[in-house]
Amino acid sequence: MNRTASSIGNNLVGLEHLTSQQIWTILDTAEPFKEISERRIKKVPVLRGKTIVNLFLEPSTRTRVSFEFAEKRLSADTVNISSSGSSVVKGETLVDSARNLEAMRIDMVVMRHGSSGAARFLAERIPSMVINAGDGSHEHPTQALLDMLTIRDHLGRIEGLKVCIVGDILHSRVARSNIYGLVKLGAEVAVCGPRTLLPMGIADLGVTVFQRVEEAIEWADVLNVLRLQLERMEGGFLPSLREYNQIWGVTRARLERAPKDVLIMHPGPMNRGVEIDSDVADGPHSVILEQVTNGVAIRMAVLYLLAGGAPDTAEAAKEGAGQ
Amino acid sequence: MARELVERNEGPSNLALLGIQRRGVQIAHLIQTEIERAEAVTLPFGTLDITLYRDDLMVVGPRPVVGESVLPPGGVDGHAVVLVDDVLFTGRTIRAALNELMDWGRPSRVFLCVLIDRGGREIPIQPDVVGQVVTVLPDQTVDVSVPALDGKLAVDIVTISAEGT
Repeated sequence: MNRTASSIGNNLVGLEHLTSQQIWTILDTAEPFKEISERRIKKVPVLRGKTIVNLFLEPSTRTRVSFEFAEKRLSADTVNISSSGSSVVKGETLVDSARNLEAMRIDMVVMRHGSSGAARFLAERIPSMVINAGDGSHEHPTQALLDMLTIRDHLGRIEGLKVCIVGDILHSRVARSNIYGLVKLGAEVAVCGPRTLLPMGIADLGVTVFQRVEEAIEWADVLNVLRLQLERMEGGFLPSLREYNQIWGVTRARLERAPKDVLIMHPGPMNRGVEIDSDVADGPHSVILEQVTNGVAIRMAVLYLLAGGAPDTAEAAKEGAGQ
Repeated sequence: MARELVERNEGPSNLALLGIQRRGVQIAHLIQTEIERAEAVTLPFGTLDITLYRDDLMVVGPRPVVGESVLPPGGVDGHAVVLVDDVLFTGRTIRAALNELMDWGRPSRVFLCVLIDRGGREIPIQPDVVGQVVTVLPDQTVDVSVPALDGKLAVDIVTISAEGT
C-alpha cells in the first residue's frame, strides 16, 4: 500500500557511482517538492529537529542559498560556515573542523570545497551524512540533477536527447557530473571548447568532442554553456576573453543558423559577453532562471531521500503504512 | 455520502473537496461528481499528500514516494473543506492532513468524510460522514479498489497471513 522510493545511499558525493534508477528517483521525488515553494507558507515539517551544517569553503551564492532554502523549507535547523571568519583560516584541518561540528551533534554536512575529492574524503571520516555541493573540478551532483530536471521539464524526456556542454570543461565539476548523469540516463553527450580547456581522455567518458561551436549548435537539442572559470586559470589557457567570445561564444547570430530551436542553459554565474551573449541568456529559449528554481526542489528531494532512516529499518516501517 | 455532506453544510455553497493521496483522491472525485450532478454546482477540488507530515518518517527506512499536493483553486481560506479518505483506521493520517491543511490557510470549517471506518483509533479523531462502519480484526486489512487505479470499485477485507505482507 505504501510505495517507497529506492535508496540513494547515505551520502551524495557524485553521480559517478549512482545508478540510473537512483538518479530517476531523485528527479521524480523533486516533482512534488516544486509545489512547496509555490505555497504561501513554504514549509513542511519533514526534517524537523535535524541539524545541517552548510560548510562552504569556497565562494558561492546560488548553491549556498539554494541549499539553505531547501533545508529551511523542510524545517531543518541550519548553520552556515564560510572559510573567512572560521577556524579554517587559523589552520584547522577539514577533518578537525568536521569532528568539532560533530561533537555538537549534527546530522548532515553540505560541503563546497576547492579540492577535488574533498566530499568523499569527509564522507569516509565522519558519521554524518555528506552532500557534495561542489568539490574542486570533480563533481557538483545537485547542479547536474537540476539541469536534468530542467531538460526533462522542457523536452519531456532525457533519453535520446543531444546535449552539448560548451566551454571550460577542464575546470568544470558541473561538466563532469552532467556527463556522468546524462550518459546514465541515455542522452547523447558532447563537449565543445578550446583544446586547452578540454581534459585529457574526455572521450573515454562516452562523449563526442566538437572542435567548433557552430557544429555543436547544429547538432544539439540542448546547450549547457559553462562559465569561464577565470579564478581557476593560472594563465596560458586563452589568449584573451574577446577572442574567446569571437570563437567560442554562444551568440544569437550563431543560434539563428541552427536548424532547430536549442534549449539554452547556464549554471551561473554568467560572464555576459564572454561565453554567452546577453540576448541569448535573456532570449526565448533560455531556461537559466528555471534552473535556479528547480535547484531548490532538487536539493529538497536529495535532503528528503538522504535523511530517512537506514535501509535496514525498512521492514519495521512497512506495517505503519497507510490508513 | 454526497447528500449527507451537503446536508451537514446546509447546502453546497462554500464546499471545497480535498482528497488524500492516493485513494482518497478517487473517492473525492466520485463525491464531487455526485454533488455537482445533484446540485448543479462546480466544487473546487484539491489533493493532499501527507507524506511530509507523517509522524513516523524518521523511523521508516526507504523514503515513501511523495505524491502530488494541489491546492483547490481559490485556496482553502474561508471554505468548508471536506477531507476525503478511503479508510479511517488509527487517525494518524488525518492528524497529518489537518496539520498540512492548516499550513495552507484557514478553512472556515473542516469535515472528515471516509468511505470505510474500520475502528482502531490511536488519536481522538472522528469522521463527520462515513460510508460504512466495518468491524475488522487486527490481523485484517481493508483494501479499497477504485476504478482509476484498480479498474473496479470494491471494498475487500483481507486477512494478513502469519508471515506478514
